[in-house]
Amino acid sequence: MSATTGEYIKTTPAIKDRSVEAGTEKSRGGDHIMDKDLIRIRTLDKEDIVRILDQAESFYEILDRPIRKVPALRGKIVVNLFFEPSTRTRTSFELAAKTLSADVVNIATKVSSAVKGESIKDTALTLKSLGANIIIVRHSHPGVPELISKQGDFKVINAGDGWGEHPTQSLLDLFTIRRKMGSLKDLHVTIMGDITHSRVARSNIYALTKMGAHVHIVAPPTLVPACLEKLGVKVHYHIEEVMEYTDILYLLRIQMERLEQSFFPSLREYAQFFGVNAKRLEQFSKEVMVMHPGPINRGVEISHDVADGMDTYIEEQVRNGVVVRMAILYLISREGAGRHDVA
Amino acid sequence: MASNTVEIMDKDGINRALVRIAHEILEKNKGAENIGLVGLQTRGVPIAYRLQRIIRDIEGLELPVGILDITLYRDDLMHLQHQPNVNVTEIPFRVENSRIIICDEVIYTGRTIRAAMDALMDQGRPHMIQLAVLIDRGHRELPIRADYVGKNIPTSRLEWVNVQLKEVDGTDGVLLGRNLDRTSSEGTI
Repeated sequence: MSATTGEYIKTTPAIKDRSVEAGTEKSRGGDHIMDKDLIRIRTLDKEDIVRILDQAESFYEILDRPIRKVPALRGKIVVNLFFEPSTRTRTSFELAAKTLSADVVNIATKVSSAVKGESIKDTALTLKSLGANIIIVRHSHPGVPELISKQGDFKVINAGDGWGEHPTQSLLDLFTIRRKMGSLKDLHVTIMGDITHSRVARSNIYALTKMGAHVHIVAPPTLVPACLEKLGVKVHYHIEEVMEYTDILYLLRIQMERLEQSFFPSLREYAQFFGVNAKRLEQFSKEVMVMHPGPINRGVEISHDVADGMDTYIEEQVRNGVVVRMAILYLISREGAGRHDVA
Repeated sequence: MASNTVEIMDKDGINRALVRIAHEILEKNKGAENIGLVGLQTRGVPIAYRLQRIIRDIEGLELPVGILDITLYRDDLMHLQHQPNVNVTEIPFRVENSRIIICDEVIYTGRTIRAAMDALMDQGRPHMIQLAVLIDRGHRELPIRADYVGKNIPTSRLEWVNVQLKEVDGTDGVLLGRNLDRTSSEGTI
């Protein structure tokens, strides 16, 4: 190969620094996440989370292959059941399932029988009869994934339930942080924005504290739920208070569609106090990783210069979303696991 | 496990076998041109690196080494008791038109190698795929054979072959045993 040796990258030592020691994988394999649905981060333990992140790491290179397909889920039917609008989560799940060779069915409620008044239970029973193996569900009410899960032997993945949780978003965020920082332990993560209405914030608070990170919340008092400190986070009302130690700045979208009442005087005022622009970013002591679950409101919580800047990991988050969802689909897909208790 | 165990190959034996295989690879391929070694996770990987080192000593040429995890391609993936962890795959050279030598520690049913070939084909069309194994213990279930074999060991299905390599297990040796405790069939494809 001397003529083309230049194409070869130097290989690294075979067994890499991974939390699952090489050689022990045969004796491992566990009774955790893969036997259950994935509905709440709250009910996962740290080991489950680490296993998902490690699997995602192994799947990472598949997206760089010329043919992005592996046969792991051949013959499985994955249903995207979205009662709420979504572009990135639905597409991300669809790509993840297709990369694993599953058959994917997308059901958008605007065109489904839900508009004819079919109940969630009946929709689930129909999907069961059609042979769905995994149902990915998004709904505007918390608890709907659990309700669907009770209807059959399929596995359920929560893709966001109202103000409840959004576990896959949180796992892809952890994955993105871990890839950049090496570990999550002892990092200071500041989550800023509308905490009350944010399922992403909730899942991330559970996940980050489980992994040993310090979580800080910055928001107007009207957008912080009562007793939030009980989850092990620190609540601040001014961004200046966290500038000294923040490693990761996690911005949340101001959810216009959920703000029927006024929680702050104007978007302009919100942007003034809680929006992040390049100038404000410079005031932080450390180099911060800026993250956002998307879709972003440019000019509100994030300015153009930051959104398009070097410190921003929004695009990585999107790519990692596919990888992490592949890992989740793979781990959850095992046949023959008994009916589980829904947490 | 200890009572019925026989060591059928020691550190020097493994080394001699790999040196011979390295020479055979060079002989059969008339040099090391265009060859890429691919070790299968987990113990095929150190074997690939050892062959790389031996071939470098003989030929002065460093062959690229890829790492392949075949888990997603297993034909029994959905029937296992536990969902196995997928390890890293990293092929740092172009599969297209290269001569690939798959390296693994034991060939048994041939199913692992079938999976490995499918996994490689998904990354391009190799000019040729060859197979190097340290131990051939027979009992093939697919029409697959190894091109380079360290040692042929006719075994019974009740026996197990345990290849230990320093990089993974801390020691070198090949053990043959008969043990009814080792009933798990996972990982023995």
